[in-house]
Amino acid sequence: MTDWPILSTVTFLPLVGAILILFIKDDNELARRNVRNVALLTTVFTFIVSLWIWIDFDPADPGFQMVERADWIGGGITYHMGVDGISMLFVILTTFLMPLCVLASFESVKVRVKDYMIAFLVLETLVIGVFCSLDLVLFYIFFEGGLIPMFLIIGVWGGKRRIYASYKFFLYTFLGSVLMLIAIMAMYWNAGTSSIPELLQHKFPASMQTWLWLAFFASFAVKMPMWPVHTWLPDAHVEAPTAGSVILAGILLKLGGYGFIRFSLPMFPIASADFAPFVFTLSVVAIIYTSLVALMQEDIKKLIAYSSVAHMGFVTMGIFAANEQGVQGAIFQMLSHGLVSGALFLCVGVVYDRMHTRDIAAYGGLVNRMPHYAVVMLIFTMANVGLPGTSGFVGEFLTLIGVYQVNSWVAIFATTGVILSAGYALWLYRRVIFGALEKESLRSILDLSGREKLLLYPLVALVIFFGVYPMPVFDVTAASVENLVNGYTAALDAANSGSVAALH
Amino acid sequence: MMPDMLSSSLQIAAPELILAIGAMILLMIGVFMGEKSAQTITGLSVAVIIIAALWLILVTPLGVGFGGSFVLDPFARFMKILVLIGSAAAVIMSVGFAESERFNRFEFPVLVLLSTTGMMMMVSAGDMIALYLGLELQSLAIYVLAAINRDSVRSTEAGLKYFVLGALSSGMLLYGASMVYGFTGHIEFTQIAAVAAESGRSVGLIVGLVFVLAGLAFKISAVPFHMWTPDVYEGAPTPITAFLAGAPKIAAMALLTRFTVQGFEPLSDQWQQVIVFISIASMAFGAFAAIGQHNIKRLMAYSSIAHMGYALVGLAAANTEGVRGVLIYMTVYLMMTLGTFAVILAMRRRDGMVEEIDDLSGLSQTNPMMALFLTVMMLSLAGLPPLAGFIGKYFVFMAAVHAGLWPLAIIGVLASVVGLFYYLRIVKTMWFDEPAEAFVPMAIELRAVLWVTGLVVFPVYIFVSGPIFAAAEAAAKTFF
Repeated sequence: MTDWPILSTVTFLPLVGAILILFIKDDNELARRNVRNVALLTTVFTFIVSLWIWIDFDPADPGFQMVERADWIGGGITYHMGVDGISMLFVILTTFLMPLCVLASFESVKVRVKDYMIAFLVLETLVIGVFCSLDLVLFYIFFEGGLIPMFLIIGVWGGKRRIYASYKFFLYTFLGSVLMLIAIMAMYWNAGTSSIPELLQHKFPASMQTWLWLAFFASFAVKMPMWPVHTWLPDAHVEAPTAGSVILAGILLKLGGYGFIRFSLPMFPIASADFAPFVFTLSVVAIIYTSLVALMQEDIKKLIAYSSVAHMGFVTMGIFAANEQGVQGAIFQMLSHGLVSGALFLCVGVVYDRMHTRDIAAYGGLVNRMPHYAVVMLIFTMANVGLPGTSGFVGEFLTLIGVYQVNSWVAIFATTGVILSAGYALWLYRRVIFGALEKESLRSILDLSGREKLLLYPLVALVIFFGVYPMPVFDVTAASVENLVNGYTAALDAANSGSVAALH
Repeated sequence: MMPDMLSSSLQIAAPELILAIGAMILLMIGVFMGEKSAQTITGLSVAVIIIAALWLILVTPLGVGFGGSFVLDPFARFMKILVLIGSAAAVIMSVGFAESERFNRFEFPVLVLLSTTGMMMMVSAGDMIALYLGLELQSLAIYVLAAINRDSVRSTEAGLKYFVLGALSSGMLLYGASMVYGFTGHIEFTQIAAVAAESGRSVGLIVGLVFVLAGLAFKISAVPFHMWTPDVYEGAPTPITAFLAGAPKIAAMALLTRFTVQGFEPLSDQWQQVIVFISIASMAFGAFAAIGQHNIKRLMAYSSIAHMGYALVGLAAANTEGVRGVLIYMTVYLMMTLGTFAVILAMRRRDGMVEEIDDLSGLSQTNPMMALFLTVMMLSLAGLPPLAGFIGKYFVFMAAVHAGLWPLAIIGVLASVVGLFYYLRIVKTMWFDEPAEAFVPMAIELRAVLWVTGLVVFPVYIFVSGPIFAAAEAAAKTFF
C-alpha cells in the first residue's frame, strides 16, 4: 500500500462526501438528517484515513514524504503533494476539528443544511490541500479557494452584520494574497520552477528577497492576522456561525503562520533577518494592544477573537526568532491554539444555542446550573491563559525562550501579554460562570447534552495530554525544524561572509 | 494569379467561403419563406457554423493565400475556432428568446453568419486591406444586429450609437493605415515589419500605428474607446449582447495581436506603452465603473471592458508567454461570457424578461443549479482559484512579470480586487438575500450552454487544459 496516494485521498475525500450530499434532495427533516449524517461520516472517515499519514510518517526524515507528482497545466504548474514534519500535524488538526464542526452544527444550523455541509466539506478539501501542496501555484489555488466557502458560511448562516463581515473577510484576505501571486510569478521566472522543494534549494538574490518577502508578508500577515491588519477577524468571528468560528480560529488562522514557516523563513532568509525586528515590533504590539482591547469587550466571541490575535503574536514572534525553540514553539502554539480557541468557540456556541446572545452581561452564575460546562470552560480558559500543565503553556513558553535568545526586550514585553491574557480570560470566566445566578432567563438553562460532551471532552483530554506530554508533536516536527533552522543560519552566514568579503 | 495558386488560396479560405455561401443561401430561403422561417434558418445557420468549424479543423491546410493577404497559421486557427464557438452558442441561445419575445427575425442568424465571416477574415488578415475588409464586414453586420429590434427605442439608440462611433473608429483606423502605407510603402504586415526593422522608427509610422491601435481598441472596447459598450450592451436584445460580448472581441483581439506582434515587432517598445496604458485604464475603469451598476447587462459591459484590459496585459508583454496568455485568456473569457449570458437570458418571469441584479435575489433557494453556475461564473470572472478565470489571469500576469512590467502587473491584480467586489455583490444577492419571485424554468438550449460552459470553467478545464495549453503555446510560437 506504499504507493497509494494517501494525501490526495485525504484531500479529496471530503469533496466526494460533498458530491454525495449534492444528490440528496433537501426537503424534509429526514433528508436533513441524512445530510448531517453523511457529512459527519465523511469527516470522521477522513480523520481516520488521515491518521494513516501519521502512522506512516517517518519522523527522522526532514524532507517531504508521501510525495505525489503529476504533470498538470502547462507553464510549470504541476500537481505535487507531500508532507513534512511542519505540515503533517496541521493536516491531522484539520481532519480532527472538522467532525467536531459538523457535529457542533447538528442543532444550531436549521436552514439550508445541505448547502452548509457542502460548504464545510469543500472547505476541508481546500484547507488540507494548502498544507499538502508542494507546488507554489497549487498552494495558491487551495489557499485562495478556501475563501469562497468561508465567504458563504459567514454570509448565509452568520449573525446580523454577516454581509459586512463576509465582504470584509473576503476583500481583506484577497487583497493581501494578490500581491503574493505576483511574487509567486517572479519566483517562477527567477528559479525556473514552482516546485516548493526545488525553491527551498534556490537562492534568491538579496534585493529580490526583500520584495518577495514583503509580498508574502502582505498575504500571511492578513491571514494570521497581525496587528494592524487584524480588524477583519473580530467581525468575521462574531458574525460567523459557531462551527465557522472554530474553523476560522482553529485552522484558517494557521495558514498564515504555516506560510511564514514554509516560505518566508527558508526561501528569503536574508530578508527575514532584516525584517525580524519589524515583525517583533508588530508581534509585541499585537500581544499587548489586542490583550488590552480584549479586556474591554462586551461580546464573548469578540473577546476570544482578540485573544486569538494576541496568541498569533506569539507565533510570529517565535517564527522570526528563527531558532529551534522559537519555531518549534510557534508550531506547537498554533496546534494548541487550534484546539483551545476552537474549543472556546464551541463553548460559546453551547450557551449561545441556549440563550441566543453573546453578551457577557447576559450571563453570570452559570456554575450553579451547569457544573460540567463550568469545568470544561475552566480548563480551556486556563489553556488560553497558558497555565502550565495545559498545551497553551508549552507553546508560549518555547516561543518566549526562543525570542529571548535573540532579543530579550521583546521577550520581556511579550511576557506582559501573558499576564494580560490571564486578566481578560479570568475576568471573562468570573463574569460568565461565577457569581450568583441572578438573571431570570438563566434559571432553567441546561447543562451539557450528550452531543456537547462528545464534542468537548476529547478536546479537554488533548489539551491536557499535550500540556503534560508534548513529545508526540516534537518528535514529528524536530527533524524538519532543525533542517529549516540550519538552512536559515547557513544562508545568513553565507550572506554575511559574502558582504564581509566584499568590504575587504 | 496562377490557377493552382488560386485553388490553394481557396482551400485555405474554405471555411469563410462556407460561411459566406451559407449566409447567402439562408438569406434566400428567408426571403422566400418570410418571417415564419426564422426557426429553420436558426437551425441551419448553426449547422453551417459547425460545418465551417469541422472543415477548418479537419480539412483546411495551413498556409498563406491570396498573395499574403490571407494567413492561416496555428494562431489564426485557434482564434477562429473560438470565434465559431462564440457565434454558434449565441445563435443557439437566441432560440428561446425568439419564441417568447416574438423576436422572429430570420435576419438575425444570417447577420450573425455574415459577421462571423468578417471575424474569420479579421483573424486571418495578413495585410491592411484584408484587415479593413474583415473589420467592416463584421461591424456592418453588428450595427444592424444592435438595432434589429426596430420597435424598441433602446435598441435603435444602441444601433445608431454603435454605428456613429464605429464609423469614427473606422475612419481613424483607415487614416492610420494610410500613414503606415505612406511611410513604409507596404500593406503586408510582414513587410511592414521588415521595413520598420531596417529604417527604425519614424514619426509618421508611429502616428499611423497609434491611429490603427485606436481603431482596434474601439472594437475590443478598451478605455478610452469604450463609451459605446454599456449602452449597446444594455440596449441590444439580449441574445445579440451575448453574441457581441463573445466572438467579436476575440476576433478584434486576434487582429490587434497580429497587427502589433507581427506587423510592428521591431517597434514593440513603442506600441507597448500604448497597450500598457489602455490595459491599465481598462482594468481600472472597468472595475470602478461596474460598482454602481444595477442592470446586469450594463454590469457585464463594464466587466468586459475590464477583461479586455486583462487580456491586453498579456499582449503588453510582447513575448511568447504573452501571446499564449492572450489566447488562454480569450478562451476562458469566452466560456465565462457565454455561461453568464445563458443565465441572463434565463432571467425571465411570467411577465417577461428582467435584467436587474436585484431580480436575482435568493436565486440559490428558488433555482439552486442556476445560482451555483452563476456563482461559478462570477467568481471565475473575478479570477478566483480554483476556477478557470484564475488560470487565464495567471498566464497573462505571468507574461507581464517575465517582461518586467511590474506596475502593470501590480495595478492589474489590485484592480481585480476591486472587480471582486462587484462580482461578489451578485453572489451575495443570490445567496444571502431573501428570495424574490422565481424565474420560469430555463429553456433547454440555455441549460445546455450553461452546463457545458459551467463545467468547463470548473472542473473540466483541470483535465483538458493540457492539450488546450499546448495548442495555445504552438499558436503563440507562430509569431516568434
